Amino acid sequence: MKDKLNAVKSAAIEKIQSAASTAELNELRVQYLGKKSELQGLLKQMGGLSPEERPVMGQLVNSARAKIENVLEKALADIKNKEREIALQKEKIDVTMNGKAAPIGSRHPLSLVTEEVENIFLGMGFQIATGPEVELDYYNFEALNIPKGHPARDSQDTFYISENVVLRSQTSPVQIRVMEETPPPIRIISPGRVYRSDAVDATHSPLFHQIEGLVVDKGMTMADLKGILLEFAKRLYGEDTRIRLRPHHFPFTEPSAEIDVSCFACKGEGCPICKGEGWIEILGAGMVHPRVLKNGGIDPDVYSGFAFGVGVERLAMFKYAVDDMRLFYENDVRFLNQF
Amino acid sequence: MNLSKKWMSDYVKLDVSDKVFTDEMTMSGSKVEGVEYEGEKLKNIVVAEILSLERHPDSDHLWITSVNIGEDEPVQIVTGAQNLQVGDFVPAALHNSYVANGTHITKGKLRGVQSNGMLCSLSELGLNLHDFPYAAEDGIFVLGDDCEKVAGMDIKEAIGLNDTVIEFEITSNRPDCLSITGLAREAAATFKTKLNIPEPVVKYSGGSDVKDMLKVSNSAPDKCYRYIGAVVKNVKIEPSPRWMRERLRACGVRPINNIVDITNYVMLEFGQPMHAFDLRFLEGNEVIVRNARAGETITTLDDIERELDESMLVIADAKKPVAVAGVMGGEFSGIMDDTTTIVFESACFYGINVRATAKKLGMRTESSARFEKQLDPNGCLKSQLRALELVEMLGAGEVVNGLVDVYPTIKEQVTLPFEPDWVNKFIGIDVSADEQKTILERLGFKVENDVIYAPTFRIDIEHQADISEEIARFYGYENIPSRELSGVAAGYLTEYQAFERAIRSLLIGLGSTQIETFSFISPKYYDNIRLPEDKRESVDITNPLGEETSIMRTTALPSMMEVLVRNINYRNASASLFELATEYIPRDNEELPLERVALMLGLYGSDTDFYTLKGMVERVFYYAGVKYKVEAVSDNPSYHPGRTAKFVVNGKDMAILGEIHPSVCDNYDVKNRIYAAEIDFDALFAVKNTDRKYTSLPKFPAMTRDLAFVCDRDIPVGTLAELIENSAGKLLEELTLFDVYQGEQIAADKKSVAFSLRLRATDRTLTDEEADAAVKKAITALSEIGAVLRA
Repeated sequence: MKDKLNAVKSAAIEKIQSAASTAELNELRVQYLGKKSELQGLLKQMGGLSPEERPVMGQLVNSARAKIENVLEKALADIKNKEREIALQKEKIDVTMNGKAAPIGSRHPLSLVTEEVENIFLGMGFQIATGPEVELDYYNFEALNIPKGHPARDSQDTFYISENVVLRSQTSPVQIRVMEETPPPIRIISPGRVYRSDAVDATHSPLFHQIEGLVVDKGMTMADLKGILLEFAKRLYGEDTRIRLRPHHFPFTEPSAEIDVSCFACKGEGCPICKGEGWIEILGAGMVHPRVLKNGGIDPDVYSGFAFGVGVERLAMFKYAVDDMRLFYENDVRFLNQF
Repeated sequence: MNLSKKWMSDYVKLDVSDKVFTDEMTMSGSKVEGVEYEGEKLKNIVVAEILSLERHPDSDHLWITSVNIGEDEPVQIVTGAQNLQVGDFVPAALHNSYVANGTHITKGKLRGVQSNGMLCSLSELGLNLHDFPYAAEDGIFVLGDDCEKVAGMDIKEAIGLNDTVIEFEITSNRPDCLSITGLAREAAATFKTKLNIPEPVVKYSGGSDVKDMLKVSNSAPDKCYRYIGAVVKNVKIEPSPRWMRERLRACGVRPINNIVDITNYVMLEFGQPMHAFDLRFLEGNEVIVRNARAGETITTLDDIERELDESMLVIADAKKPVAVAGVMGGEFSGIMDDTTTIVFESACFYGINVRATAKKLGMRTESSARFEKQLDPNGCLKSQLRALELVEMLGAGEVVNGLVDVYPTIKEQVTLPFEPDWVNKFIGIDVSADEQKTILERLGFKVENDVIYAPTFRIDIEHQADISEEIARFYGYENIPSRELSGVAAGYLTEYQAFERAIRSLLIGLGSTQIETFSFISPKYYDNIRLPEDKRESVDITNPLGEETSIMRTTALPSMMEVLVRNINYRNASASLFELATEYIPRDNEELPLERVALMLGLYGSDTDFYTLKGMVERVFYYAGVKYKVEAVSDNPSYHPGRTAKFVVNGKDMAILGEIHPSVCDNYDVKNRIYAAEIDFDALFAVKNTDRKYTSLPKFPAMTRDLAFVCDRDIPVGTLAELIENSAGKLLEELTLFDVYQGEQIAADKKSVAFSLRLRATDRTLTDEEADAAVKKAITALSEIGAVLRA
């Protein structure tokens, strides 16, 4: 019996290992492990054995069965892998062919830059405020300490609708409107369109975008202004960015400053982008003139504040290396789809 | 403002490099725009003494010269000039030299004779007769006695073409810095050194009394704060000396003659424009400062006749205006070669009026540009005295005794309390009271008993904040610490802003490209889109750049059309565009218009049709959670009468969408089919419902029934769908249109419309009977409008 068992086992293993398909293996499974298999037959014959031999033989049969099963499973797995490989080979496609065209949608670069700036200031606890573009002379000029006859009001610079109504030449009137409605502390930025009577060329447009910021609270100083703008510059141009404040003049701030950032291209070494200066002017800022606070209904003896403004087109031109402002308003899809 | 470094050194002695000077001046508030070195382009040009002159053997106009250039051996140079004599000192461009226009000069042979360089004319040095009036008009520049005749000396040294000119940007609040002395004061404060501006001294060598020769009256004291007249007799008009010409040139002013040069020199030195009149032409020997009379005219120095009006201030004599005050003199008021007696004017006018006048007359001058920023009446005297001092210094004439000074209201100094603590707190610094006092004193302020007296030329000082700026800029903006903002504040988007951003993202996801267009348009654009006349009332710009940008749009459709058409003309095959565009709607009884936002969509291209556009608009409304009715629109002149729809919400039109009317396309000269939608974004926001509540997912299976109906062609699918939805009952979960067919097997005036109905009960498995009952109700409803189930 033992010899027969070994013979069955060897024959089974040999056939299994030479089988070529899953179907063949399934047949072999029935032949060697099924109810009518020789192994099953051997188990049935065990009744004729002595009680001592019976468990020994039983163990031998089971072990042979386990061995056959093991080999069979392995062979089955190997064949399945081979068959999968063949199938995969047949399914091969040319991956260098173009993808199916998905529609190209894109954000306008001015909108991208505006949102980037908005997000930086939202993160610093600022709200976004807006105001009318067709604005009262009072808000655009008078309340901002720009009395009648001031050079900045010259109609060569400002579009007039009537004696009292202008197209706002800056986003600053929003400051006054916010101050009138909101008690301090105030932390806002106001993005939007502004209008100046400049003929269109590569660096001028009669309509452009500004983002202005205003902070009013007790004890605000130029040190706070510097802190905010440094943080802004770092978020915009990277952690190693430095800023430089230069004295300047704006009617609605005192003291006033122009703010340069260390050139993001050369890191301050001097290059064509910064015209060799290592610095690029991007912002105007200053302490809100006490008279402007008063015009906004805020007591300058209790509160102080600072304001800053940045031109969106200028930021976008630097950021995307755009050398002609007209591209922003021409809206050629070949330009727009690059963003 | 151009600053001559030589000139500035009269008032302040500095020992710093140009780099340090310009950097520090910029950081203290006087921004340097550029530095120019005079004669920079001239290289290897020296003074040469002519030792001999010989005719060239092979030429009838060339001369062979031997010149001394301060070396052991003379140098031979051939020249074509005919104005030379032995003993003259001239500029010689030696071998390997450069002249002003960049030409490289080398030695060579001229008609066989060796020439080791070139003798130079004024223009080859970059100069002209205004710089050296005695030079020959065409010929070699023969150095006069005002030059250093030292053979071999660099020509720039010898003729004073070696100044450094620094260009400053002066902000409008600092007209006092539009002057050499003003910038010298800033420089002295920046470098913490002494400023020395001497008081002018006048000898009045002309005797007699000015009051006997000149009468001045001022009938417009609101426009003329001060008028000082002085008289100079026995005037000798000639060129001014080299040092004066040199300084004028450095500052960009052309030298003319001694008297005119003196007026310009004083203007540059002190920032006070001066004027000189020829007394011969002042009828009645009288100066009257008065308003111009309506219809009065004056021919100004530039030979243009100007019509004046009553808002303008003139300087007149007994009969006529002789100058537009602060702007320009009249034709006969100028200085001529035979002028013998002159009147110097040093005056102060109301800046805003000067500005308005100059603008109305369209002539902004050096003088008006200064006056309009408001000058200091107290500065008039020093400038007048300086002019007279220069007259005496130059020997240009004899100054008549005394001045006529009409100064009705003396301008007092602005005083402010000295509050160093306030300044420190406002700026966020800690600068001692002593240091603050020193800074202010360097700038010409006086601090006494805790009171600050501001110099009257500082028109910008009105408030403690102005003082703080002076302290901050000389303490150094770079020394102010940087402090992180503390305290908690919530930064968040408003609901509207968040909605805007979401819609923007949605459209980009749908393959649309965001555009930005001008808010102002041409009124003709309304014609292009065939906008009805009654919808054209717009906000008009009174001073537009041009007709193209003269009104604020009431509809952004033409802006979208412009961009679509531009892209078509650029041969871009397709475009899908959107803009969140502001429109400006005039309102009765309101000064400001309503500014509303329209969401504009615009499409063209081969894969695009009405339904592409409608799909996008549906997506927007789906995101906004707004239910709407779709109605056909056939009467909007901008749109195709058979291919246009509107979305209506609660009886209000919220969107119009359709194919652009071919007549509109004709107006833009394009043949493409263009699709556009206008969505009232603000109204959509007002009704939006983006709150989402989860409905539990179905636990029981659905049943699907596909039904095809045959009906009249002109029944809209929307009508059929609505009837099915209203009749099939609650079990109808979703209705989908899957086919519309016209053609064979269908009567000519009929169409077949196929729907798929998905039916489901939420609480049980639906039976066939229940589904059939629902379908039957729908079939019955449709049969009432003549739509029958297709067999």
